[in-house]
Amino acid sequence: MNQMRIPDTQALIMILIMAAITFSIRALPFLLFPGNKKTPSYILYLGKVLPFSIIGMLLIYCLKNVSLTAAPFGFPEFISITAVALVHLWKRNILLSIGGGTLLYMFLVQVIFI
Amino acid sequence: MKRKALKAAFPITLPVMAGYLFLGLGFGILLESKGFSFIWAFFMSVIIYAGSMQYVAIDLLSGGATFLATVSITIMIQIRHLFYGLTLIDKYRDAGKKKPVLIFQLTDETYSLIASAKPPEGIDRHWFYLCISILDHCYWIIGCTCGALFGALVDFNSKGIDFVMTALFLVIFIDQWLNAKDHVPALTGVICSALSLFIFGPDNFILPAMVLILLLLTISRRTLEKRGESNADS
Repeated sequence: MNQMRIPDTQALIMILIMAAITFSIRALPFLLFPGNKKTPSYILYLGKVLPFSIIGMLLIYCLKNVSLTAAPFGFPEFISITAVALVHLWKRNILLSIGGGTLLYMFLVQVIFI
Repeated sequence: MKRKALKAAFPITLPVMAGYLFLGLGFGILLESKGFSFIWAFFMSVIIYAGSMQYVAIDLLSGGATFLATVSITIMIQIRHLFYGLTLIDKYRDAGKKKPVLIFQLTDETYSLIASAKPPEGIDRHWFYLCISILDHCYWIIGCTCGALFGALVDFNSKGIDFVMTALFLVIFIDQWLNAKDHVPALTGVICSALSLFIFGPDNFILPAMVLILLLLTISRRTLEKRGESNADS
């Protein structure tokens, strides 16, 4: 597959840029609050409450491209999310909830709401 | 010790295994179709190691984006990772030599597992976190590389498989909800993000959402801490 593409060195530099920035962002909080110093109480507070907010944020992040104004109006997501929630509250089995929900969603977007 | 930690970590990573293998496959197939061999897929999955970022990277690489554009787009997409470290300062404090590796491998999915999984008793928690992190990374590397190697041979309609991540976060959200005494932090995350998404659109909402979440949590610190104490008393 030898189609036209950017030179290897350019691609390599771009990949290194992306890798360096990704690692820097992941590392920044640890550099700001190194382990040998006492962590400020505000950061400890955030460490307690923020994880709950973050999972909520990630949930919305996953759904960010769902359109409520164009077909299928978020129906596959709505149905699957409801199913995952109900199955999880009923059985509390992570693999069943996630596996079943994903299979249902795939069925919905591949067969029902094409 | 390491073996025990691995044994405890493995079942927890199964949902991520399913997600990463398939999303990695998708990435490898797409990258290969743009004229980059499996070596590139392997290399990127090892050193960038970020799901959505690598998908965007395919566009940047095949479109020949400028370095400046690469920098700004990467920051925009990855900025949400700031939050993860912020909440793990204490958990990773004494991780020693494992710390850089733990930080390097801190993806959305790995974060969600580490934020919610409790290390079983008698197992060193840092080994436990490291096993989760390394396992997840392995799944991703295998998925990406195999996608680029064999992608063209597989005829499997994987449309919708990415829902596995949504389902994973939802299940963790529910478990957290059931275990939390105070639902304000969880609601703050959902409502601020949804509001920001509505106002700023899917490509620009994360940063305003993060600012809004931090702002609200900071303002309500006293109330939440006070409620936390009285909950602990009762």
